[in-house]
Amino acid sequence: MSKRIEVNDLNVYYGKFKAVEDVSMLIEPRSVTAFIGPSGCGKSTFIRTLNRMHEVIPGAYVEGQVLIDGDDLYGPGVDPVLVRRQVGMVFQRPNPFPTMSIRDNVLAGVKLNNRRISKSDADELVERSLRGANLWNEVKDRLERPGASISGGQQQRLCIARAIAVEPEVILMDEPCSALDPISTLAIEDLIEELKQDYTIVIVTHNMQQASRVSDRTAFFNIAGTGHPGKLIEYDDTRIIFSNPSVKATEDYVSGKFG
Amino acid sequence: MTATEAPPQTTPLKAKQRLGDIVFSRTSLASGAAILVILALVAVFLIAQSLPALVVDPEKFIGSPPSLWDYVWPLVFGTLWSSALALAMALPLAVGIALFISHYAPRRLSQFLGYIIDLLAAVPSVVYGLWGIGVLAPAVLPAYAWLTENLGWIPLFSGPVSGTGRTILTASIVLGVMILPVMTAICREIFLQTPVLHEEAALALGATRWEMITMSVLPFGRPGIISGAMLGLGRALGETMAVAMVLSPTAIVSFALLQSTNPSTIAANIALSFPESYGVNVNLLIFTGLVLFVITLIVNSIARYIVNRRKDFSGAN
Repeated sequence: MSKRIEVNDLNVYYGKFKAVEDVSMLIEPRSVTAFIGPSGCGKSTFIRTLNRMHEVIPGAYVEGQVLIDGDDLYGPGVDPVLVRRQVGMVFQRPNPFPTMSIRDNVLAGVKLNNRRISKSDADELVERSLRGANLWNEVKDRLERPGASISGGQQQRLCIARAIAVEPEVILMDEPCSALDPISTLAIEDLIEELKQDYTIVIVTHNMQQASRVSDRTAFFNIAGTGHPGKLIEYDDTRIIFSNPSVKATEDYVSGKFG
Repeated sequence: MTATEAPPQTTPLKAKQRLGDIVFSRTSLASGAAILVILALVAVFLIAQSLPALVVDPEKFIGSPPSLWDYVWPLVFGTLWSSALALAMALPLAVGIALFISHYAPRRLSQFLGYIIDLLAAVPSVVYGLWGIGVLAPAVLPAYAWLTENLGWIPLFSGPVSGTGRTILTASIVLGVMILPVMTAICREIFLQTPVLHEEAALALGATRWEMITMSVLPFGRPGIISGAMLGLGRALGETMAVAMVLSPTAIVSFALLQSTNPSTIAANIALSFPESYGVNVNLLIFTGLVLFVITLIVNSIARYIVNRRKDFSGAN
């Protein structure tokens, strides 16, 4: 069910400000692609354009194309609500719905848009999703407890379970481990490794080791300075980016000379 | 067990007392205590002055009711009924306005609307009363007539319709308009504080705007909605002038909304009857005040209970 993402000449604007300039890339299905780069280089903005979440900010718009298996996300008449069902997202800080139980959190997306699901199907889906997120054994006895009652790392895996419960084609992760301790981070990284069997995964990370551990391909973004748009500097196999990049700035960044 | 030597004599560590801390903690303690003292003084006054009404023969009261409760009960009923109607009409509207301001309206418009709402809150209740008599009552008459004619089989709308439009429904509408601003203001504030994280979580799952609101904004704002409703209800229960001006009271218990005989409320009855009262009738009115005091206390306790019941799920942990 995973799909190929093709981005052609994408510019992203917040009102008059151009935040990201001229990005083109091809993301293969069943792969993990990492976006790295210094703060403010537009990688978070760019990842949000892959499921139109940037539109939450008033005045944000894009030029160019994002194709998922050939269908343009920004084509006329495309409903952003349906785009986001296809392209799920996990955020920087764990954000389970605090007023819902663990079980209801997993089912939150499934029950949207007036979809109905029988009790037995729901039970089965909850277990499958939580197993998929490596969380089942830890929470199976307290599914009715609030979503916020578990640890931060567990909450983040709950958010991943919630995202995969709607069976998206692509999962976007915007610094999913930056608020977590090393053990929880490891759990998420193992999970990413498993999820890539079924999904196309794009992950933004500030942690270079993480990018080199989990990703197949890496994209390096950079800005010329404050007020300038972010640009895609180099996009290649992770192995090459971290050992023998073709651009000097990439080499400087991955070797810790700046950023 | 050879610990025979005495424990070393240590002077207990004392935190350094700072003047600012002392002043601040004493001030807040005094403020907190003042609330209790004022409340206690009011309660003592109400109870002490009510006692004569409880022991005296009810024959001595105005209108010679068979018992004290026959006098009080229609007023209690009128108070609860008119406030409940006002809340039922105003709460959905308040939540709707607050959602529009916080999540739908463009920024400039929402600021303007916010000012308007705050302005509404500043209108004195006597003005609302005048408006109820002068504008609302004549304006709703045709609608009332239509309701009794076509929906008269529902007991609520049974005839004969009042000729003046000054019925308990009109009074409740006035009350609803009066409590709208405070409820809207509280709901708006709490809706604006919904964490962006939760809103984005809903949107990223493929929620529409409305689903995002039902998944993240309303559950987060629930305690605020309840607090706002209780503040509004408190004001409606105790509102005097508007009701006193709009209603011509009768001592009856009736759910009918559109007839010319309507139950009065405790506060309005005190305001209307007090100038002409003497002797034990004054104590009787004060007793009804005590009853109102207790009702308000109970209503607020229920609200607290509702807010606290699902504390685990409030997101405050």
